[in-house]
Amino acid sequence: MDSATWELIGRNLWPMLVATITQTIPLAAISFVFGLVIALFVALARLSTIRPIAAAARVYISLIRGTPLLVQLFIVFYALPQIGLVIDPFPAAVFAFSLNVGGYAAEVIRAAILSIPKGQWEAAETIGMGYTTTLQRVILPQAARTAVPPLSNTLISLVKDTSLASTILVTELLRVAQLAAAPTFDFFALYGVAAVYYWVICLILSFAQNRLEARLERYVAR
Amino acid sequence: MSELAIESSTEPDLLTVRGVRKAFGELAVLRDISFAVPAGTVTVVIGPSGSGKTTVLRTLNALDRADAGVIGIGDVSVDFSQPVDRATLARFRAQSGMVFQAHNLFPHRTVLQNIIEGPVIVQKRPKAEAIDDARRLLEQVGLGQKADQFPYQLSGGQQQRVGIARALALKPKLMLFDEPTSALDPELVGDVLRVIRDLAADGWTMVIVTHEIRFAQQVADQVLFIEDGVVLESGPPAQVLGAPSEARTRQFLQRILDPI
Repeated sequence: MDSATWELIGRNLWPMLVATITQTIPLAAISFVFGLVIALFVALARLSTIRPIAAAARVYISLIRGTPLLVQLFIVFYALPQIGLVIDPFPAAVFAFSLNVGGYAAEVIRAAILSIPKGQWEAAETIGMGYTTTLQRVILPQAARTAVPPLSNTLISLVKDTSLASTILVTELLRVAQLAAAPTFDFFALYGVAAVYYWVICLILSFAQNRLEARLERYVAR
Repeated sequence: MSELAIESSTEPDLLTVRGVRKAFGELAVLRDISFAVPAGTVTVVIGPSGSGKTTVLRTLNALDRADAGVIGIGDVSVDFSQPVDRATLARFRAQSGMVFQAHNLFPHRTVLQNIIEGPVIVQKRPKAEAIDDARRLLEQVGLGQKADQFPYQLSGGQQQRVGIARALALKPKLMLFDEPTSALDPELVGDVLRVIRDLAADGWTMVIVTHEIRFAQQVADQVLFIEDGVVLESGPPAQVLGAPSEARTRQFLQRILDPI
């Protein structure tokens, strides 16, 4: 690489870092939190004995998993305005990503809840706990152990998927790299830097995942 | 023992079960169960596998909701042929404590946390008081040193004794045991049975489903032999276990006491 390329990289390291910290990471974090809340309710709906509720949850999951994330983004940002719903790029992205995570994580949470033996529900029932208390204090803390590895996958995918938000005008990491590379056609250098940034975030998340798993394993015999 | 039985027969009944029926789908598990347990006495329920004895116990705590019949514990009586509202059901449940075959301790909580969970979270008792109680109960079941261990760090017998302490902590009127020693290694059975025997001596009213016939002879005031969803024979242990009048009871006891 010549010095001009190095200079180009040097000039863009900081703006790309700013985009990562102010756009990419908040976009992933906020969407993940909202997504988990949606997922929990969808999972519980899917487990409901009331059929229409369970069916609605199934349709939701099917729609989310059966359509491309990019299409979901476009529907929220480009199609909704047609029916009078105009949303800014960043909230539109949060909205689409949250719904998407909600669909995928719902199945993870559902499976994790089902992995808890029936005896745990019964023990909680005999000491007088209701459904919500049992979930909060008995089932979900244990289900978390099962759910953390697959949910970490979801989060790591989400971090990388936020790059799709560049297509709806969110100036996140990839968008900044694109804009910087456009005048010089030096895509290799700037997309390379973007890739490294994504990778570093995911390394940190993997590390956090290991820590969390170790913490949740502390009450389990090995 | 027979003295105790006579003495206790003057006690009012703490538990009365009348005409309880329960079906799972097409399968009628309990066809017509009636019995009474005087306060301060121990009733042991025996019967072949699939006879419905565990279901009987579970209906007493409404873990399995009876389809029909009336169950009264203390001053709470529920007619299960009618819809039961939540508050009544909760009050009914609170009358009894349940000890499971597989202990069902909460694995993510320590021994002490397992025991105070019900008193603090459900009964809203002050935490310090619940902890004092829990420590006393742990001493009582011989596990004073294990308060801060997790369930996986205990033996099966110790886990089961924590399960007993957890049920006792809610101060129920009636204790229910569902085959409390069936999942245990033989050398651990004694510890658990001793704890239950001590509870009997303390005057606890208990219903115990078990295959431990010798234990039943020692602690029971009343034995119920259940088969095909009905109480086929009942009476003091000397009668039901010693000189059963029903051929099916004799057969069952023979198979249990002399398996091969």
